[in-house]
Amino acid sequence: MTDLFLRAVFADNLILSFFLGVCTFLAVSKRVETALGLGAAIIVILTITVPVNQLILNWLLAPGAWDWIGAGDVDLTFLRLIAFIGVIAAMVQVLEMVLDRFAPALYAALGIYLPLITVNCAILGGSLFMAERSYGFGESIVFGFGSGLGWALAIVALAAIRERLAYADMPAGLRGLGMTFIVTGLMSMAFTAFATMAAP
Amino acid sequence: MRAALKPLFDPLLRDNPVTVQILGICSALAVTTSMTTALTMSLALTAVLVASSAVVSLIRRHIPAQIRLILQITIIAAMVIVADLILQAYAYAISQRLSIFVSLIVTNCIVLGRAEAFAMSHPVGPSILDALGNGAGYSAILMVIAFLRELLGFGTLFGATIFPTVAEGGWYQPFGFMLLAPSAFMLLGLLVWALRSWRVEQVEPATTHVDREEALS
Repeated sequence: MTDLFLRAVFADNLILSFFLGVCTFLAVSKRVETALGLGAAIIVILTITVPVNQLILNWLLAPGAWDWIGAGDVDLTFLRLIAFIGVIAAMVQVLEMVLDRFAPALYAALGIYLPLITVNCAILGGSLFMAERSYGFGESIVFGFGSGLGWALAIVALAAIRERLAYADMPAGLRGLGMTFIVTGLMSMAFTAFATMAAP
Repeated sequence: MRAALKPLFDPLLRDNPVTVQILGICSALAVTTSMTTALTMSLALTAVLVASSAVVSLIRRHIPAQIRLILQITIIAAMVIVADLILQAYAYAISQRLSIFVSLIVTNCIVLGRAEAFAMSHPVGPSILDALGNGAGYSAILMVIAFLRELLGFGTLFGATIFPTVAEGGWYQPFGFMLLAPSAFMLLGLLVWALRSWRVEQVEPATTHVDREEALS
């Protein structure tokens, strides 16, 4: 479990080694504060949706899931994509309402990022990796939390670097997007070094 | 004639979805270690983009504004499932190598972006051209990066030997870094730099101090 957690955070980081959620990563990394908000929202949503999708996949869609009503040969796994998206959209909506009702301060901080998250590749990618690697329920929770944490770590680090980069004197063509890609590449190189740490 | 074909050619260079609009990068980088997977991914994305734009444009007058996003995502997801099943049926080995990235076309911002920004307000013909153009613009970037990564990383193109490697008795020492994730970010960064040095109008304005309002917008 610790091994799985460390791998999800560092070696198999969703952005830096699988390129998931890069669009949002580039768009919302201009300031550390906003990056922290988005990172927190991603951690929460990933920790909830990966285990929920794991339950849906195993108890509703997998071959043999409908055995108890005598339809054991029904295989609905082709529906997993639509099911996952539905769950993610619904969870984001529910979380938004719960936060609005019980934690207005947190809602005010995370509010604008929540709708963005519905179409973030990292969230859907987390669930799809869970399905592909057939994680159990416990593993799904650890994997969801770990990969969310890894994502948040990467975006906060990038935002901190970009805040300093605003003062750097660089070639005009490299300004903005180009430089951000190169910085991300360097961060990604640093994170691959963690791979040896996670695989003893 | 020129004006009619504008949606087709504009996204290739002047308004490229990846390098100018910063859309759809997630999948653009992960599948570029070989030309074969990059080409398959490009074809899959273009097919899904054209099909979903055509369908959305066809029923655009009947879509209620409040639920249009849900409808668009459902249409796109259905197209992606079809594309994924076709790949699994006819090109099983490649579909295994593409792993989850074909399914991730659903959350590719290019597809939803074109459905929302173009197909919802234009007739079927121009929508299909716009989808083809954006698909081609995305594919062009993908192929350039895959070309460099496969050629330098393995010494091959589409699996055929171009530079005989040292391991096979040739002269080329493969550049292993090209096969790792960081190289894709770096190559895309350099590509953006090259494109912007050529098309100067795409250069971003300098921001010496980042103010809060701008960062939040």
